[in-house]
Amino acid sequence: MSEQYTADEMMTVAAARQLRDGTACFVGIGLPSTAANLARATHAPNLVLIYESGCLGAKPDRLPLSIGDGVLADTADAVVPVPEVFNYWLQPGRIDVGFLGAAQLDRYGNINTTVIGGDYTGPKVRLPGAGGAPEIAASCGEVVVIVRQSRRTFTERVDFVTSVGYGSGPDDRARLGLRGGGPRTVITDLGVLEADPVSRELTLTRLHPGVTVEQVHDATGWPLAVADDLSTGEPPTAEELTVLRALEATMRTPA
Amino acid sequence: MAKLVSLAEGVAELVRDGDTVALEGFTHLIPFAAGHEIIRQGRRDLTLVRMTPDVIYDQLIGAGCARRLVFSWGGNPGVGSLHRFRDAVQNAWPAPLELEEHSHAGMANRYVAGASGLPFAVLRGYTGTDLPRHTTNIRSIDCPFTGETLTAVPALNPDVTVVHAQRADRAGNVQMWGITGVQKEAVLAARRSLVTVEEIVDELTPVAGQVVLPGWAVSAVAHVPGGAHPSYAHGYSVRDNAFYVAWDKISRDRDTFQDWIATHVRTPERDGGRA
Repeated sequence: MSEQYTADEMMTVAAARQLRDGTACFVGIGLPSTAANLARATHAPNLVLIYESGCLGAKPDRLPLSIGDGVLADTADAVVPVPEVFNYWLQPGRIDVGFLGAAQLDRYGNINTTVIGGDYTGPKVRLPGAGGAPEIAASCGEVVVIVRQSRRTFTERVDFVTSVGYGSGPDDRARLGLRGGGPRTVITDLGVLEADPVSRELTLTRLHPGVTVEQVHDATGWPLAVADDLSTGEPPTAEELTVLRALEATMRTPA
Repeated sequence: MAKLVSLAEGVAELVRDGDTVALEGFTHLIPFAAGHEIIRQGRRDLTLVRMTPDVIYDQLIGAGCARRLVFSWGGNPGVGSLHRFRDAVQNAWPAPLELEEHSHAGMANRYVAGASGLPFAVLRGYTGTDLPRHTTNIRSIDCPFTGETLTAVPALNPDVTVVHAQRADRAGNVQMWGITGVQKEAVLAARRSLVTVEEIVDELTPVAGQVVLPGWAVSAVAHVPGGAHPSYAHGYSVRDNAFYVAWDKISRDRDTFQDWIATHVRTPERDGGRA
């Protein structure tokens, strides 16, 4: 019998499970950082966390609020200058997994975090912009996207391509010379989508417990492909929930 | 050799109306006190350059100091949006804000080129994104050796770069450690530089992971303890995460923002004259 849990907790746990022990993971702040630290505290103790502030191999015992909190530098194997993070570590393809969020996402995993509505010079909503994401999306071995699923976010077309997924189809990454594998997996509060190995279109492959295919269709702004062998994932274990809640509690207490 | 100055003198002498100004510090060592002094001295028409224009540039933009912003990520880290930045872009308040937008990799490499005396930097970046359609100085270039098409971005050479560091000695040699971001490159790329420090000491004791900027490569040093708050100085203070969370509410409303600036920045005894 499993405990009660929220859809966000299920999403974070599903994302953490995606990370394999011993791999190097480029972590953004927020949900990716929470999931990566959960993985490190449970099944992946040797997961290498890389923060764009220059902290390689950070082992925080509390969740940082920013990518540059002191706990990251204090616990890192190495703290390197920011140009080095991008030039020596990310660009040559040394990082296995890039973990990204999105304000908008399309069926080929292209991501917008720049502007929504209107046009570029007069947007309805101005978002923070690119940060490290375009090159993370280009150069990591693979990309995992973690994002809550809704029609507002899962759109037929993104208003701005901040980070490239599979462009407009299966051949675009090669044509553009992008050397990383692209967004293989998208983890949401409803389930898991994976890029089809041939068409590269995001395909619903797994539902979280209690979620229906109809709910996922309703939260997707395009006719969503569904895998023939669609499965239902395992709910969070008691251990996963205990560790996740303890991690999240560290954000609410002073250092 | 760097001159030892007060913060007010340093800003008055080194930061001028219309300048291209970089205040750097990647979450850590952000020169907040210097930013506040720029607001107090009423600088105008600045081109503000910074990889992560977070709360410090939200304050400068809202206070009307900026005409243009060159950046790669404009948010409140771990909290959300920058409301003064958004208000300037979406509603031209208090003035229109021109944007030149990059990625972190592009900005970091632009500083490296600037520090290296090169006209441009080359990287694998931006390919396939919509950024080059709006930022005209992201171009492609063919490698003369392999023929591969890569991306070129121009060097950044600010008129003045301002950073915060832990310590300096009396000759103006500057020492910083912890997350050192892109500060060394930003200082070396600039025509003039101002460094605020937690402490001025007789001798700089070596620290693991340190970056030392020789005094002859820095224009001026000002003693400003706590000058990074609400950011932090590793070994001296911790990041005031509660302030970053509180900023969301302070900055959401124009009047609340202006009251905060009037009370906490424009009142000179708050953090002026500390040198």
